[in-house]
Amino acid sequence: MDKLIRVLVAKPGLDGHDRGAKVIARALRDAGMEVIYTGLRQTPEQIVSAAIQEDVDCVALSILSGAHNTLLPKVVELLEAENASDILVIGGGVIPTDDIPFLKEKGVKEIFTPGTPTQTTIDFIKANVAQ
Amino acid sequence: MDIEKRLLAGDKRAAARLISLLENKDQEALAILKRLYPKSGNAYVIGITGPPGAGKSTLTDKLTKALRKEGKTVGIIAVDPTSPFTGGAILGDRVRMNELSTDPGVFIRSMGARGHLGGISEATASAIKVLDIYGLDYIFVETVGVGQSEVDIVKNCDTTLMVMVPGLGDDIQAIKAGVMEIGDVFAVNKSDRDGAKRTAREIDMMLDYNKDALWRPPVKMVVASENQGVDELIKALHEHRDFMKSSDNFIKRRAQNAKNEVVELIKERIERTILDQSKREERLEHAAERIAKREIDPFSVVDDVVGKMNL
Ligand SMILES: Nc1nc2c(ncn2[C@@H]2O[C@H](COP(=O)(O)OP(=O)(O)OP(=O)(O)O)[C@@H](O)[C@H]2O)c(=O)[nH]1
Ligand SMILES: [Mg+2]
Repeated sequence: MDKLIRVLVAKPGLDGHDRGAKVIARALRDAGMEVIYTGLRQTPEQIVSAAIQEDVDCVALSILSGAHNTLLPKVVELLEAENASDILVIGGGVIPTDDIPFLKEKGVKEIFTPGTPTQTTIDFIKANVAQ
Repeated sequence: MDIEKRLLAGDKRAAARLISLLENKDQEALAILKRLYPKSGNAYVIGITGPPGAGKSTLTDKLTKALRKEGKTVGIIAVDPTSPFTGGAILGDRVRMNELSTDPGVFIRSMGARGHLGGISEATASAIKVLDIYGLDYIFVETVGVGQSEVDIVKNCDTTLMVMVPGLGDDIQAIKAGVMEIGDVFAVNKSDRDGAKRTAREIDMMLDYNKDALWRPPVKMVVASENQGVDELIKALHEHRDFMKSSDNFIKRRAQNAKNEVVELIKERIERTILDQSKREERLEHAAERIAKREIDPFSVVDDVVGKMNL
C-alpha cells in the first residue's frame, strides 16, 4: 500500500482568521493527503510537538501577521532540536519577496505567496517529502 | 539507536513513527510489536464516542487535564472513521486540544480511515498498543458515533464513555440500536443548553430497561467548554474502572476484546491472501466464466481455492 503523505497545517501568530490555512488544508486533502489541522494562534513549540506526535512529512504554515521572520525559523530550529529536520517546512501567506532568501537560508524549504496556484504547493510537497 | 530501543527509552518520535509504520502494515514494525507485546497491557483504555459535534474533543481535553492533575500521563487517539476510505482527509480534533500539545505527559495522534486493510479498528488497536508500551497511564480513543465502525473501535477499550447532547430526541432512539449498549458511562454534554435534564432522564429510563446488569451506567451532566462537571465525570470513570478491576470483569472484557481482535485479524489475512492470489492469477476470472456457463459450480471452486490457499 502506498504511504499517504501527512501534512500538519497550522496558523502561527496572533492575528485573527485562518481562511488561508483552511483553503490550503482543503486543497491538500483533495490532492489525497492526510491533513492534521491545528487551527489558530499556534506557538512554534505547539506546532513542533504536534508535528512529532503526528509523524507528519510536512509542516505547512500560513502566516499573515508579519512575524514570519521569527516564527518560521523558530519552527525549523525546534524541529532540528528534536532530530526531525527531515520534516519539510513550507510557508505561505503575506510574506514580502525580499524576506524569502532569508527564510530559505534559515531552512524553510519554500514560500508560497498569495496568488500561487494551490497545485504548485501540492506538486512541491509531493516532490520534496522524504519518502 | 533502533526504533524499538528508542520506544522503550520513551522517545516520542519513535512511538509516532512506529504508529505510522503499523498503519502502513510494515512487517518489521509488526515484528517489533510482537516482541514487545508482553510489555503492553498497563494503560487503561477509555473509548469516547457520540454524535458528530457533541463536544467529544473538548471533553477529552478537559478529562486529560484532570488526569494530569492526578499526575497521570495520557495518550489520545482521535479517530475519524467517516473520512473517505481512499484519498485525503482533514483531521481537526487537535484544534480543541492545543494546550495539551506541549505537555510532555500527553501524546495526541489523529487517524483517518484511509485504505486500512482490515479496517480502522485494527489500525487503532495497533496505535493503542504502541502508546501503551511507550508507557502512558491512560489512553483515550475518540471516535464519532454513527455506526458499526465505532462499535468496532470501542471493542479495544476497557471503559466506554458515550457523549450525548440535549435535544437528541428521536436520535436517541436511533442511537439506542446497537450503540447505547456499549456505553459504560454516559455524559450529557452542553448541559448549558435547554433540555439537558430531560435528555439525561431519557437516557436513564432507557438504561433502566437493562436492570439485571451488574453495572448500571451512570449519567452525568457536563459542560465541557466551561469545564463543569468534569471532576464528577472522572469520578464515574474511575468507579467503572474500580468495578472492572475488583472482579474478573476486567480480564473477561480484555479477553472478549482480544477474541474480537483475533477474529478480525484472521478475516483480514484470509481476505488479503485471496485478493492477492486472485490478482496474481486469472484463475478466479476463468472459474467465474465456467460457473456462468454451468461447466462447474461455485461451491467446488471455493473448495479448490481454499484448499490451495497458503495462509
Ligand atoms: N454550548 C456548549 N458548547 C460546547 C460544549 N462543549 C463543546 N462545545 C462546542 O461544540 C463544538 C464541537 O466541539 P468538539 O469538541 O469539536 O466536538 P466533537 O464531538 O469532538 O466533534 P467531532 O469530532 O467533529 O465529531 C465546539 O464549537 C465546542 O466549542 C458545551 O459544553 N457547551
Ligand atoms: Mg472531535
